[in-house]
Amino acid sequence: MGFSDFFRKKGTSSIAKDRLKLVLVSDRAGCSPEIMEQIKNDIIAVISKYIEIDLDGLDIKITQTESESNNGTVPALFANIPIKDLKASKR
Amino acid sequence: MGEVIVVTSGKGGVGKTTTTANVGTGLAMLGKKVVLIDTDIGLRNLDVVMGLENRIVYNLVDVIEGACRIRNALIKDKRFPNLYLLPSAQTRDKNAVTPEQMKKLADELRDEFDYIILDCPAGIEQGFKNAIAGADRALVVTTPEVSAVRDADRIIGLLEANEMKQVHLIVNRIRMDMVKRGDMMSSDDVCEILAIDLIGIVPDDENIVISTNQGEPLVGSDSLAGRAFMNICQRIMGEDVPFMELDEKRSIFSRLFGKHKKN
Repeated sequence: MGFSDFFRKKGTSSIAKDRLKLVLVSDRAGCSPEIMEQIKNDIIAVISKYIEIDLDGLDIKITQTESESNNGTVPALFANIPIKDLKASKR
Repeated sequence: MGEVIVVTSGKGGVGKTTTTANVGTGLAMLGKKVVLIDTDIGLRNLDVVMGLENRIVYNLVDVIEGACRIRNALIKDKRFPNLYLLPSAQTRDKNAVTPEQMKKLADELRDEFDYIILDCPAGIEQGFKNAIAGADRALVVTTPEVSAVRDADRIIGLLEANEMKQVHLIVNRIRMDMVKRGDMMSSDDVCEILAIDLIGIVPDDENIVISTNQGEPLVGSDSLAGRAFMNICQRIMGEDVPFMELDEKRSIFSRLFGKHKKN
């Protein structure tokens, strides 16, 4: 074991667990990259009608989130869409 | 009426055949009449793990095609008179058999045997579909690695879609030293991710390699893996056996380092 390994905060098992949880969410949803791309394009089309968004900074993925109703996690569509210009607010 | 159990995993090389050999032999040691069926057509393996490779006359495809009777194809085990093997064909491919034919064969064996255990090929194609067709229960074998757990999750999804009545998890090749220092997922981690009932935890044990070299399953021996497989057999028979192996490992660890760990 190296010197740096000694001070490593968490073991690689938690990394494995986190990576697995993420990959299984999209596996189980049966969501292919093609479908994700379509969802992304449709979302862009709808939102662009009202506001100008930053397409380069846009990030859409399926992830897990804590459920409010029952204890546990549920799949969620996470979309981070930076706004360039709020057209709607000017109207 | 016998129970049909399929041993499956998705990913290859995680220990399906070793599990089939040891669970089958263990159930025979506990007095049950058992037949093991190697359903991996074209890649015959279970015969060498059982040490019965020199006794094969007929195989699974011969039985399915009606070239011989089931009775003539079954090979009696060297050590246990109530344990039999139906070997796979080495020179054919998976399309030689259909799920309906496999189900019919398994059902025919129910009258005579307490347990019919099918060793499933890796993958999710025809061979997998054949193996699960007639089964009442599936044992999903995985190792605590991301690739094996991911494939196990896929398999569990397919088993549930096929309305498998019982699906149980075996976490194979656990290394407690690595789990302790946080570099290997624990059986609890794997179980939490896959969300199915755990029926066995088998520690990584070099005795498995030694016993496979000799063609004699190590179940029932005093090795860690040998005891772990015997515990699985008892749980299959409905006994409530606590998960012993990890506690013992832990107690050795705590004795060495003078620590007192709970659980």
